[in-house]
Amino acid sequence: MPERDGAAAGGGVARRERTGATGRAAGGGATPARVAVRKTYKLYVGGAFPRSESGRSYLVIGADGAPLANASLASRKDVRDAVVAARRAQPGWAGATAYNRGQVLYRVAEMLEDRAGQLGDAVVAGEGLEPAAAAREVAAAVDRVVWHAGWTDKLAQVAGSANPVAGPYFNFSLPEPTGVVGVVAPQSSSLLGLVSVLAPPLVSGNSVVVIASEDRPLPAVTLGEVLATADVPAGVVNILTGRTAELAPVLAAHRDVDALDLAGAPAELATELERAAAGSVKRVLRSQPEPDWHGDPGLRRILAFVETKTVWHTVGI
Amino acid sequence: MSAGAEHVVGAGHRTRSAVGDTAVAGPAHHPVVDELTASESALRRFLFGLPGVDQVGAESRVAALSTRSIKNDAKLWAIDAAISMVDLTTLEGADTPGKVRSLCAKAVRPDPADGSVPPVAAVCVYPDLVAVAKAALAGSPVAVASVATAFPSGRAPLAVRLADVRDALHAGADEIDMVIDRGAYLAGRYATVLEEVRAVKQACGPAHLKVILETGELATYDNVRRASWIAMLGGADFVKTSTGKVTPAATLPVALVIAEAVRDFFEATGRRVGVKVAGGIRTAKDAIRYLVVVNETAGDEWLTPAMFRFGASSLLNDLLMQRSKQRSGAYASPDDFSVE
Amino acid sequence: MSGRPESAPVASGAAGGKRFAYAPAPESRAVVRLRPTYGLFVDGEFVEPSSGVHFPTVNPATEETLAHVAEAGAADVERAVAAAARAQRDVWGPMPGSERAKYLFRVARIVQERSRELAVLETLDNGKPIRESRDVDVPLAAAHFFYYAGWADKLEYAGLGPAPRPLGVAGQVVPWNFPLLMAAWKLAPALAAGNTCVLKPAETTPLSALLLAEILQQAELPPGVVNVLTGAGATGAALVAHPGVAKVAFTGSTGVGKSIQSALAGTGKRLTLELGGKAANVVFEDAPLSQAVEGIVNGIFFNQGHVCCAGSRLLVQESVAGPVVEALQRRVETLRLGDPLDKNTDLGAINSPQQLERIRELADSGERDGATRWSPACAIPERGYWFPPTVFTGVSPAQRIAREEIFGPVLSVLTFRTPEEAVAKANNTTYGLSAGVWTEKGSRILWMAKHLRAGVVWANTFNRFDPTSPFGGYRESGFGREGGRHGLEAYLDA
Repeated sequence: MPERDGAAAGGGVARRERTGATGRAAGGGATPARVAVRKTYKLYVGGAFPRSESGRSYLVIGADGAPLANASLASRKDVRDAVVAARRAQPGWAGATAYNRGQVLYRVAEMLEDRAGQLGDAVVAGEGLEPAAAAREVAAAVDRVVWHAGWTDKLAQVAGSANPVAGPYFNFSLPEPTGVVGVVAPQSSSLLGLVSVLAPPLVSGNSVVVIASEDRPLPAVTLGEVLATADVPAGVVNILTGRTAELAPVLAAHRDVDALDLAGAPAELATELERAAAGSVKRVLRSQPEPDWHGDPGLRRILAFVETKTVWHTVGI
Repeated sequence: MSAGAEHVVGAGHRTRSAVGDTAVAGPAHHPVVDELTASESALRRFLFGLPGVDQVGAESRVAALSTRSIKNDAKLWAIDAAISMVDLTTLEGADTPGKVRSLCAKAVRPDPADGSVPPVAAVCVYPDLVAVAKAALAGSPVAVASVATAFPSGRAPLAVRLADVRDALHAGADEIDMVIDRGAYLAGRYATVLEEVRAVKQACGPAHLKVILETGELATYDNVRRASWIAMLGGADFVKTSTGKVTPAATLPVALVIAEAVRDFFEATGRRVGVKVAGGIRTAKDAIRYLVVVNETAGDEWLTPAMFRFGASSLLNDLLMQRSKQRSGAYASPDDFSVE
Repeated sequence: MSGRPESAPVASGAAGGKRFAYAPAPESRAVVRLRPTYGLFVDGEFVEPSSGVHFPTVNPATEETLAHVAEAGAADVERAVAAAARAQRDVWGPMPGSERAKYLFRVARIVQERSRELAVLETLDNGKPIRESRDVDVPLAAAHFFYYAGWADKLEYAGLGPAPRPLGVAGQVVPWNFPLLMAAWKLAPALAAGNTCVLKPAETTPLSALLLAEILQQAELPPGVVNVLTGAGATGAALVAHPGVAKVAFTGSTGVGKSIQSALAGTGKRLTLELGGKAANVVFEDAPLSQAVEGIVNGIFFNQGHVCCAGSRLLVQESVAGPVVEALQRRVETLRLGDPLDKNTDLGAINSPQQLERIRELADSGERDGATRWSPACAIPERGYWFPPTVFTGVSPAQRIAREEIFGPVLSVLTFRTPEEAVAKANNTTYGLSAGVWTEKGSRILWMAKHLRAGVVWANTFNRFDPTSPFGGYRESGFGREGGRHGLEAYLDA
């Protein structure tokens, strides 16, 4: 994959423009063709949309082989910055009421639905699906977020317990977020897969650093734009685009990351990441091969990123 | 050993700045006592500044102490110590001079067959039988204790209660076991409780005053701790758990809380207040558990008849049975010992 | 205590005092019949190790060799895993849960019936006071078998999925601090879920696991369902690395836990880790102070401080630090250190010379780093491995004794001013196993419990355990839970 430095990035990519008025106008001859305003695909870190601190970008190729855009090629330092942002944001997100987290996630679904067309186009371009299939992907992604939004204020009831200990104590167990979760997003399912690994850790109050699909990063960037307008607090989700093999090991070895979802890590890399994760006893979820994201997600991913906290208190007068 | 109030852990840090450091002992006018009882609000502030007692924690502590295994010489010592700490008690409506006289005989020589058994500490009777007991115990080291102050409820006018005390003293009582006004305590009239203890103490003169909290009616260990302090601030020589007429009577956790209170009061004032556990203690095993609790809480300075008593009747015979078993190796029969 | 010379000559077990000195009350060891050598427990039989090598296990209180136990090598691991796999496939896996349950109930009952024997043996091999092995370790071990026995035929109700299935062979490596209890924690849920086990007890405390193996024989547990391989670190490493092991459960140091996690990378084996800790025990000014002092003592001196969840950092509010430390020292002076078999002993022996050396080294570092060291005057027995109860005051958060797990009877006292500061200091560790909170203010307890990053929070109590109560850590204290419904999850494919 071609890699560009900062000076070269920013223009000259023969991107396919969205179909519609602009495209048609370009084909006509009566009025001068309007020059389309292209989008710059940036990182999403701490609620802002920076370019990579390295100034690098890389060319994203569509499913049909045509160049789509330049995406930011995130660096080790971008991982570092994203983890700092995630750590800073996490207590506030965990401290919000479960009801509030549910409202925010539902708002994410609303915003996604709003951008269904754009996201569908991105899936068509990136994954090569037929428009109808892409629309189903988008719809499933929206529904997936809605499903998770509903879990925020039910999880503790399903995963928690009152424990009948043999003594004068009230004893209860509650699921709590693990902390900062590093996610290697699925490589093929660039929107539904992404949403399916992003939403679960958010349910309980984790913050997330996601490494987007390396070859199909554009829906992730758009998702970041959705999150930024959906009341998701800055830093709760951070999205990096770039080379999985370069970024994931940094995340796996980072001592301030509490857990990893290796959904999108190729087998060999995943093993390397698991080994690195042992350095700070991270919780690691591996799920090779990539599952069918249209299936019932179950609670597994949500529960992979919670800690059960058990509290004892004496009962007396 | 410093007697400064800054060492009063049980009393809580909040007393620290309020009282000065002093080593002068004396029940009536110790500066700490004066400070804490200067006004009703000062007393209340102090009582509510005492750390709370967690029921579960207190009970698990005594449960752990109850696993202490007291064997051989230690057991022999403990049994004899316990015998010497017994206030041999009869507090029945049916008490007669004859019953009291036989009890007194038992008190002086608990086991006529064995002269090495120590006498008990005191005989405890109602005021109208003090004279009988006094006469029966003449020339012995055994003291006469009398319950007074409209025992057991205490529900009589203060003047009547004080008259009750004076009658008992007049009849020769060496020790007075008064009851506090639990109604006043539970209504939050702590100063009233304090003043009544003071009044009785004054009426007692040189006689030793044991203040019965009736912990079964105070219900919580927090109340036991606070009431213990009121009793001690009022001049009690002993803090006593119960009348024996209310269930529960003495319990190990209550003894633990009182033992902490007397320890802390000693550290604050330099005055050692005794502890009497009364009611429901029937076996040597029970008694030894109390001794262990006191030993490991207040310290062994409290393990003398001057500082620790058992108010009991049937306990004495079990102590004698265990003593016999410990010395002879064979288990005794209940009929080896007299029933009064 | 202030004004008291540190070296004041006070008799050991000052609680006895002058008037009421408790006579020795040793539990009889006659109930335990030790064999000179022990084999490995494989496929229902005690067998010789393929290497023929045995190593001694000693009583840390006397340095007496109790017995020689077999050192399992790779060939023995192979045999044991094969036996376990066979038993899982042919017997234990297909067996209805209701039948598995009855075996586990049997085991629980026999543990109760032979409790005296187990307690004495545990105390001999480990050095812990008989009071604890008798009142804590053994009853809790029996309770764990009882609790999980009842799950064996109710797994589909555990909320983990509609048709949960066992994983296969579990390789379980347990530590020396609660040898029998940790074995029970590992075996009971694994067996209830339909797995079979290869258990590796700690090198210095193998005997109670071998007696448990006898109990399993007595219960007529089918051969191969549980196998016990004694040995050292290499045996454990071979076990967890064996490809026939589907699930690894480890309790022990964070260092070894990390190496196991790393070794298992890419294998797809399920893993749970219960590792070290540096728990904060937070005492507020409005705490029930007498009970808090008991909780501090229990928190750090229970089992000589050989407890991963020990309350090794006392965080006391500055406004009561003086009185609390004084009351603590007064209480510590009553602790009775000595013969672990004496029923009145509060503090037993340190399990091994290696552990004693580590405790010494860290305690010395505390002194070098400027903290104030205090121990009551107490006589240390001439033979055996001992360390007096030790309290460091004036500890600053950067000192090693405030950060590293000492795993011994050494308490570091730090102070705080506000609840926020207490939480910040309590969480300022890479561990996260347990924490204590002492205050009479209910809302503050719940606030603290919410903000403490620890898997277990004890409020106005400490070091309580129950088979129904999930136990396990955050962060580098490990992952997965043992105990309760949650404890089943580690042994099921749901």
